[in-house]
Amino acid sequence: MTSTSVTGPVTGPVPGLAGALQSGLKAEEYALIVKRLNREPNAVELGLFSVMWSEHCSYKSSRRHLRRFPTTGEVVIQGPGENAGVVDLGDGQACVFKMESHNHPSFIEPYQGAATGVGGIMRDVFTMGARPIALLNALRFGDPADPRTRRLVSGVVSGIGGYGNCVGVPTVGGEVNFHRGYNGNILVNAMCVGLAETDKIFYSAAPGPHLPVVYFGSKTGRDGIHGATMASAEFDAESEAKRPTVQVGDPFAEKLLIEATLELMASGAVAAIQDMGAAGLTSSSVEMAGKGGVGLELDLDRVPQREAGMSAYEMMLSESQERMLAILSPGREADAEAIFARWGLDAAVIGTTTETGRIVLRHRGEVVCDLPLAPLTDDAPLYDRPHTAPAKAPRLKAADIPAPEDWAQALIRLLGSPDLASRRWIWEQYDRHVMADSLEESDTGADAAVVRVHGARKAVAMTCDCTPRYVAADPLEGGKQAVAEAWRNLCAVGARPLAITDNLNFGNPEKPHIMGQIVAAIEGMSQACRALDFPVVSGNVSLYNETDGEAIPPTPVVGGVGLLAEASRRAVYSNLKAGQTLILVGETHGELGASLYLRDVLGREDGAPPPVDLERERAAGELVRALIADDGVRTVHDLSDGGLIVAVAEMALASGVGVKAQAPAGPPVGALFGEDQGRYLIAVDQAAPVLARAAAAGVAAAIIGRAGGETLAVEGLFSVSLACLRDAHEGWLPAFMAGSVNASAET
Amino acid sequence: MRAAVIVFPGSNCDRDCKVALERTTGAHVDMVWHQETALPDRLDLVVLPGGFAYGDYLRCGAMAAVSPVMDAVRAAAGRGVAVAGICNGFQVLCEAGMLPGALLRNRDLKYVCKRVELDVVNAQTRFTAAFAGQRTAWMTVGHQEGNYFADSETLDRLEGEGRVVFRYRENPNGSARDIAGIVDETGNVLGLMPHPDRAFESDLGSVDGAMVFQSVLQSALEAA
Repeated sequence: MTSTSVTGPVTGPVPGLAGALQSGLKAEEYALIVKRLNREPNAVELGLFSVMWSEHCSYKSSRRHLRRFPTTGEVVIQGPGENAGVVDLGDGQACVFKMESHNHPSFIEPYQGAATGVGGIMRDVFTMGARPIALLNALRFGDPADPRTRRLVSGVVSGIGGYGNCVGVPTVGGEVNFHRGYNGNILVNAMCVGLAETDKIFYSAAPGPHLPVVYFGSKTGRDGIHGATMASAEFDAESEAKRPTVQVGDPFAEKLLIEATLELMASGAVAAIQDMGAAGLTSSSVEMAGKGGVGLELDLDRVPQREAGMSAYEMMLSESQERMLAILSPGREADAEAIFARWGLDAAVIGTTTETGRIVLRHRGEVVCDLPLAPLTDDAPLYDRPHTAPAKAPRLKAADIPAPEDWAQALIRLLGSPDLASRRWIWEQYDRHVMADSLEESDTGADAAVVRVHGARKAVAMTCDCTPRYVAADPLEGGKQAVAEAWRNLCAVGARPLAITDNLNFGNPEKPHIMGQIVAAIEGMSQACRALDFPVVSGNVSLYNETDGEAIPPTPVVGGVGLLAEASRRAVYSNLKAGQTLILVGETHGELGASLYLRDVLGREDGAPPPVDLERERAAGELVRALIADDGVRTVHDLSDGGLIVAVAEMALASGVGVKAQAPAGPPVGALFGEDQGRYLIAVDQAAPVLARAAAAGVAAAIIGRAGGETLAVEGLFSVSLACLRDAHEGWLPAFMAGSVNASAET
Repeated sequence: MRAAVIVFPGSNCDRDCKVALERTTGAHVDMVWHQETALPDRLDLVVLPGGFAYGDYLRCGAMAAVSPVMDAVRAAAGRGVAVAGICNGFQVLCEAGMLPGALLRNRDLKYVCKRVELDVVNAQTRFTAAFAGQRTAWMTVGHQEGNYFADSETLDRLEGEGRVVFRYRENPNGSARDIAGIVDETGNVLGLMPHPDRAFESDLGSVDGAMVFQSVLQSALEAA
């Protein structure tokens, strides 16, 4: 294990404006603090303000715009604002889920950065009383030709696996993109899905004064100090020297913490609970007291410490992992102690709630902090940052786009491109089967992962989606598309889409064109969420993803969750049988703007992304779900990157059976490689009933081919063996990771 | 049938084993905490489940091998109770000296999770009898240290005595002679890297793992 902990003490800021600036606050923010307090804060107090008012904790640039998201609906039990969102699964069961980024730490120290990202998101979920049942991740790496990329992929993947595998929660799905825009700033977004009982959801608000505040889990060390602040600043060449601000994960401690927390909750001892995530003890204690409208007194000498001589500042800002803060019901200290002892966890009552509305910290016999809570939580500045509307890329016509010289080679190139090649090398390092409820995972050929509700007939479907090249070309359409694709992937397995979590990754919001991307993407996502009844129940914002002034492609990742009432009625794309008829559902106009064909075959990154017609999207999805639920359709694949012919190839490869297809009307390059939205490929024995049902629903549907043989052929254009496609598809990533291909030559 | 599943704090397949046993054999299953020094009476089977017993930051299974409950497990095996170590459990049994050899880091140095096809090499043990004429079995593996190693003398002896019970058809981890599972000289102790507890019903992609548990059930019924 790489040692990343700090050996020496971390000094707090010097008091005054200089220290404020050094802590990441702006001069006007410091002035506001002084005005609110009517005095200058001391170093510890300044530390508290610097993390609570950081972008990461306060959402000061995005909050105004996030309000546009629809956050309510008949299935929503808890929307944004708690540790995770909660939706109703019926029968007294609830699904608790959230996604969160760990971008900056993962770039600096990929193994620990990714591992602790997984740990953090799991804590958000079990803190609410849910047992984690699945993990997903959305990863973006730089150009494969960048010398750092291979090491980052390797480190991030083993970090995700190393943590999730040990804790014993299956990693069942995700997505990975490569683009030079992430060269200096990779994205590691982790999602966790848990199950709880609807009447046993736990919240963070302290229920009243005079209750014991108990700390449990790992000891506090000097690691991760300033993590929240680091996550709120741009990168430069010096950033790798920030390694001491990366936390170190201990998945075994997390496993103990999950079991102890769930046992403590079941015992009835927990009145309120919060994990110590970003900004550690500061944000957990301030949020619990703030939300509960009470005050808090903590005695820092009682905090379990890993290193001697830690200062109050260090303890309050440490981001040591695997720690929880709970407020106990009166008189339950002994019960809690027994549970902690059984699981071998450090624990201590470190304070009490009070009536004062203030946070008072004592250390070595002195009061080192005495602040009113309101300014910390409610008075964080809320910015309406200037934003400029993004320039719209022009819509391309398929007729103007050159067809490939060699159709088979174009398909081979796409299937073996960094963005479409098989991710087997990655997901074989993730335990996808522990808990023995994974019905569909990365290996089984389904558009969404499907995990059974333990002991029930129902299952939860889940997916992570974003197409950054669309968002870059048109943030509004790209935002819509990210939501629509998640919705489509859930429909494709037969699940009823319930709600989303989002992870908004953007550059520096202080630049008007970046803020413009944020505003437009949120608007697009909101439109799609409304039209598809797919509310936002939790989320995370990661801004300042820039290195040396260069922003990442805008990447608002959507994590969607859906419900399969009867798990056996689901569809995959890996069970195509010879003799079956392939039907294309949805309309094809040949949208090649911002497509993979354009980028990876023609070397162009221009054009408007495919527009998302939300009404048609909804009609097509509802039709597909009905076909799966009522008509026994079991073979479905959504159409996305690479268009129709890539979807056909993926279905053929996953099923091990060839296809003879006809291109739909229009220029064949658009018909085959166009990335028109709202489309599905389904395969059935009898086409007529499906076509009739589609016609009745007003959804376009047409026969486009028949399964059989060992080649993929398109009438009049080309024929290629599945073996040849498989070699390209399976070959790229292992070869790249072994150092035997340099993908820059390919793209 | 009565079974016990040993629960180390970092076990993470303990529930899976309990559920698999209950569903495939109808067994009564007790969960036994690692600090216990005695096992329930009249047991037919003790399972050491998969996971990371005490975090396994040291050699996998090294700490678990000397945990309080292991004396009772060893004594049970001596009395003729079937003991099955699955994945981490196999590592613990090797570290405890109840099975020969060791499980090294995988050949590719990476964790590997995949479906594997196994040859049922010996269908005459109390853990495999239910396979009868079935020569192969599908299960899944999920481990970073599953590369079975022993000196060639030991390997020859294991093979000669019919103690190699499962072999990988495609070796996922570099394991010596493709070994996936072995029994001790008494035939009472099984170590198996693949997970029968993740392959016991068709929804999970294979039912072949159920045979392992049903074999133990069969031998329990015969003994009764």
